[in-house]
Amino acid sequence: MTAPVDTSDPKQLGADTDGTQFMTFHDLAYDAGKTVFQRKAQPVGQGREGELLEVAMGPQHPSTHGVFRMDVVLDGETVVKLKPVFGYLHRNHEKIAENTSYLGSMPYTDRLDYFCSLTNNWAYALSVEKLAGLQVPERAEYIRLITAELTRVLNHTCLAGFLLQDMGALGTPLMYAFREREKILDLIESLTGARMMCNYMRFGGCRCDLPAGWLDEAKKVVAEYPKFLDEFDALLSGNEILMARTQGVGKLSAELAISAGITGPMLRASGVDYDLRKVDNYGLYSRYPFRVPLGSHGDVYDRYMIRMLEMRESLKILEPALKDIPEGPVVDPKAKLRGFRPKPGEAYGRIESPKGELGFYLISDGSPNPYRYRVRPPSLINLTILEDMCLGQTVADAIVTLGSVDIVLGEVDR
Amino acid sequence: METLEQTKARAEAAVPGAQLSVVKNDSPSAQHSLLVDVEHAYAVAKFLRDDPQLRLDYCSNVTGVDFLDAELSEKVKVKKVVDGVEKEVEEVKKTKRAGYLEAVYHLYSMSLKHGPVILRQRTPGRADLVKVTSLTPLWRSCEFQEREVFDLYGVLFDGHPDLRRILMWDGFKDYPMRKDYVEPDDYEYEPTPHDEVLEKAKAHQAAQEVKA
Repeated sequence: MTAPVDTSDPKQLGADTDGTQFMTFHDLAYDAGKTVFQRKAQPVGQGREGELLEVAMGPQHPSTHGVFRMDVVLDGETVVKLKPVFGYLHRNHEKIAENTSYLGSMPYTDRLDYFCSLTNNWAYALSVEKLAGLQVPERAEYIRLITAELTRVLNHTCLAGFLLQDMGALGTPLMYAFREREKILDLIESLTGARMMCNYMRFGGCRCDLPAGWLDEAKKVVAEYPKFLDEFDALLSGNEILMARTQGVGKLSAELAISAGITGPMLRASGVDYDLRKVDNYGLYSRYPFRVPLGSHGDVYDRYMIRMLEMRESLKILEPALKDIPEGPVVDPKAKLRGFRPKPGEAYGRIESPKGELGFYLISDGSPNPYRYRVRPPSLINLTILEDMCLGQTVADAIVTLGSVDIVLGEVDR
Repeated sequence: METLEQTKARAEAAVPGAQLSVVKNDSPSAQHSLLVDVEHAYAVAKFLRDDPQLRLDYCSNVTGVDFLDAELSEKVKVKKVVDGVEKEVEEVKKTKRAGYLEAVYHLYSMSLKHGPVILRQRTPGRADLVKVTSLTPLWRSCEFQEREVFDLYGVLFDGHPDLRRILMWDGFKDYPMRKDYVEPDDYEYEPTPHDEVLEKAKAHQAAQEVKA
């Protein structure tokens, strides 16, 4: 169908952070040079002036992934203008957090990006640890690494399913994705007691230790996961319809991506080598070698492919980490849970969440409540250039472009 | 990466007239920040972005902070004549600080992979003098975040292309993230009110009786 990737051509490959290793876009055929189907440029407004149609897509639209609204101006089927409208799920999370204790908003962070509550927990715990200068025991660091990578795999699996759903592949890919997600959710449930609202991390460690036999179960899930990815790849990645719907759609240049503060898989699909796991070296990521996949076109297909590749890299971290995890306490014995009052000051901590850079900015005035609590939501900021990506495309492509951004409205609106 | 003092000195040299000061942060994170005056904020930010040593091409986080009017007390040693003998006496000196709003920017470099450099702009007051300079023309990522700061704190960004409310609805009047924000009195009838709700209910019942 398409020519295989020429591995000697660095343009077709992604670079590792240190610039030494390269990785291919997997062994599947990915025609990096040209799109499979050439699109015709759509003439805008020729002889049809004054026939623009204004449509409010959302907030109750099945493909906006929640209560999100796009006010779209259409010329025929072509998008001429697009304004995103937010706030339908706004509950002023930050104000609520400023009126409660530091620990009190830990369960509330679960509700930000409810697909990845464990990474939300970690980002918040990391920021508070920076603010108060707390240490985390090694075993807790391992648990954080393992749960965060499991969350990443879970999130990317679901995203692939949802993206295909947006393209009209109703049911099958999403059901396959959810079947696998359920296995990871079972692990998370047996560890934290909740499938999605985990409330698991604490300042200076984690809430509870792993239950007996958990590591073996996790190893089993991780060992079987590549089989599912192969299946998923065989089903989707080389699919002609998927390529036709995604290649060359929703293009984003590296320059604009950097200026607009795009982070996560979406940034790397545009070819910018910036992964906080490598840059900030938080947690134990420096102990495990993994590669950062990079795209070269910045289109929807690259964004899809980056996520498929990132899952394999996450499994590469998980496999040895599950073997290496040492015995020991899971929370710093000196960490105070009650009456926790950090000294006056401020801190900004950030991690690479599955959606992008998730940061928490905290100001303490010495009281039990944070004086200022701010969430830097990757989902909201990744939407900054939604209009730029969708202009001149058809409505159907705008839907796919939005799907590839990977938003969760709990985090966009806060 | 160079220290914040070095950055400050170079920025002062590059932008004549800019008033910069370092805001110390005593917490273990030790993330000190650079306070810049509103007039020169754009030029200083442009310097930080384009300087080859810094290249802060990525504005990660933009947020507002509200500081109310406050009375600061400071212990000062004063020489006083007590019973004919000169003595050093500690006195508490009280100064009034007018409230202000801040816009805080966390800048990183994607090309050189360092950061953060934290930039702050301060408004002169909280009521009407609430203008700062928008940095959206420099970093597109500020667009929605500055709108959010305007929406929740009421900071006006000079030079922002599209300063509208983003999370609250357009007809909303107040700024909910401010420290002195009072929630609207959304009274709902309760069959057995108690404590705070009872107090609230009494006011509403009194109003009802007056009407009747």
